[in-house]
Amino acid sequence: MVAVDLPESTRPAARRSPARGRRAAGRVLPLVPAFALIALFFLGPILWCVYASFTDVALTGATASTPHLVGLRNYRRMFSDPAFGQSLWLTVVFVLGSAVIGQNVGGMALALLMKSRHRIARAVVGAIVVGAWVMPELVAGFVWYAFLADDGTFNAILHAVGLHGKSWLYAMPLVSVIIANVWRGTAFSMLVYSAALSNVPEDLLEAAAVDGASSYRRLRHITLPLMRRAVMTNLMTITLQTLAVFTLIFVMTGGGPGTKTQTLPIYMYQSAFKFYQLGYGAALAIVLLAVGGVFSVVYLRMMREEV
Amino acid sequence: MTTAVSATPRTSRSPRLSTTGPRRGAAAAVAYLVLAVVAIAFLLPFGWLLLASVSDQASLKADVPHQLTLRNFADVLTGDNLHALANSLVLSLGAAVLTLVLAAPAAYPLSRYSRRFGRPILLGLLFATGLPITAILVPVYGLFVQLELLDSIPATTLFLTATGLPMAIWMMKNFMDEVPIALEEAAWVDGASGFRALLRIVLPLMLPGTTVVFTFTFALTWGNFFVPFILLVDPAKQPASVAIYQYFGLHGTASYGLLAAFSILYSLPVVVLYTLVQRVLGNAFALSGGVKG
Repeated sequence: MVAVDLPESTRPAARRSPARGRRAAGRVLPLVPAFALIALFFLGPILWCVYASFTDVALTGATASTPHLVGLRNYRRMFSDPAFGQSLWLTVVFVLGSAVIGQNVGGMALALLMKSRHRIARAVVGAIVVGAWVMPELVAGFVWYAFLADDGTFNAILHAVGLHGKSWLYAMPLVSVIIANVWRGTAFSMLVYSAALSNVPEDLLEAAAVDGASSYRRLRHITLPLMRRAVMTNLMTITLQTLAVFTLIFVMTGGGPGTKTQTLPIYMYQSAFKFYQLGYGAALAIVLLAVGGVFSVVYLRMMREEV
Repeated sequence: MTTAVSATPRTSRSPRLSTTGPRRGAAAAVAYLVLAVVAIAFLLPFGWLLLASVSDQASLKADVPHQLTLRNFADVLTGDNLHALANSLVLSLGAAVLTLVLAAPAAYPLSRYSRRFGRPILLGLLFATGLPITAILVPVYGLFVQLELLDSIPATTLFLTATGLPMAIWMMKNFMDEVPIALEEAAWVDGASGFRALLRIVLPLMLPGTTVVFTFTFALTWGNFFVPFILLVDPAKQPASVAIYQYFGLHGTASYGLLAAFSILYSLPVVVLYTLVQRVLGNAFALSGGVKG
């Protein structure tokens, strides 16, 4: 990334304060509309959320109009709430399974497999994998709901090869949504890794091959170390994206059966909008934001040189 | 939709290292086999969608239809559903245009002036891109209730724009960095203001980048289900994503053919848009300027 810095000398070095003031205004004014909107609809709600998480504000009933401060009650309730612990755990498994393992490893494998294959093969496989990614999340949810249904395609295939199917969405709901999310998100990692792979100098790999390094050793000691940055950035990005997945799970299982796929976003939705406890929902939202914030800071530290 | 992998022109120069020739051939064959399996596995879930949409008696099975029909498509394009698609268009176009109008001027000083000025802002924006929007929806709902903004399409558009802005400004700034500053300096010498230089020189030169940001915002808004699901309660104001979901819940198992047809019609605009942008701009879209690894 080219950081175009105006050398200080190319600008008229105005020592006089009016000119400097005008220049400062010229820099800051264009930022104002965008940041006003961000403050109103992004930052403001987060601050309100912090406040609401300390109240008993509800959607209906007496506490809807006159919420009371309840201190840490929502948080205390949360940490003694087994449903919260479970949903935190489900979120961790969902993120690890579908992003860190599924999409990340799958995307890397696809990128490596597609490198130096025939142009048409790359185009076709790329189009299919990216197609799953371009589809709206809602449609992906429907498609997988149908695919894994009792008389869906997957069971039909199993039946055709003489195996007995299952009600996958009831028998293995978490695995089902994880696989659906891998299907949906692998394209992103594949695109990132393909671009990074094309930046690995070919002559380095050729030199190693001449020296007798096996393809595994070339991958292990040349390609992967050179892609380290891309891998780290990608891992952060997909972790943050997967943490917030709502629609796919909501459409496929609705968080169920029971609470078996009730990840944090789903639990937050149910607390706030189904059971009308906005305060408790806000506390859950704060946890989700905090987890996202921690990952975001790590991501920031890695991107720091780029800014 | 050729993906970002097209940058290996060296493959045609194959007869190098002839000693590894046979093994290389075998490895390539295995790779093609695996790729074929992966492609089929990725394609299979789509099967039901396509078959059910043209079947007269669709179920959750991916059966070959007894009789091919386009009736599902005709039946689903009724007044209410067309209205929902129009709502989607209003939301997505509104958010995409507004994003460009706000992000371009904001990105300009961040790209052109000293790093000491822009760095903290950029770091803040980058941090914001990582926060889960899903979580912000609880307080935003509270805000919308108090300001009586529920069921307001303009307010929902503003919210969708605000959540996309950090990423959009960041992307715009990266694309702007690629435009050499010399041209603007000439314009400044001729007395053009910074705003005119941005409008007349920088933006036309970064048209591919602008298109990417526009498409990115449009597609994200078009595909968004959760935000309108919470903020737009009146069925007359709901976009296609929510309409399909409600439709499915209301008509249930009786109308899988309609559900599939509606889903395809709803997906079509973003797929077409993505393909067009990809064709015209090549790899630019794949990485969206946001993830430069």
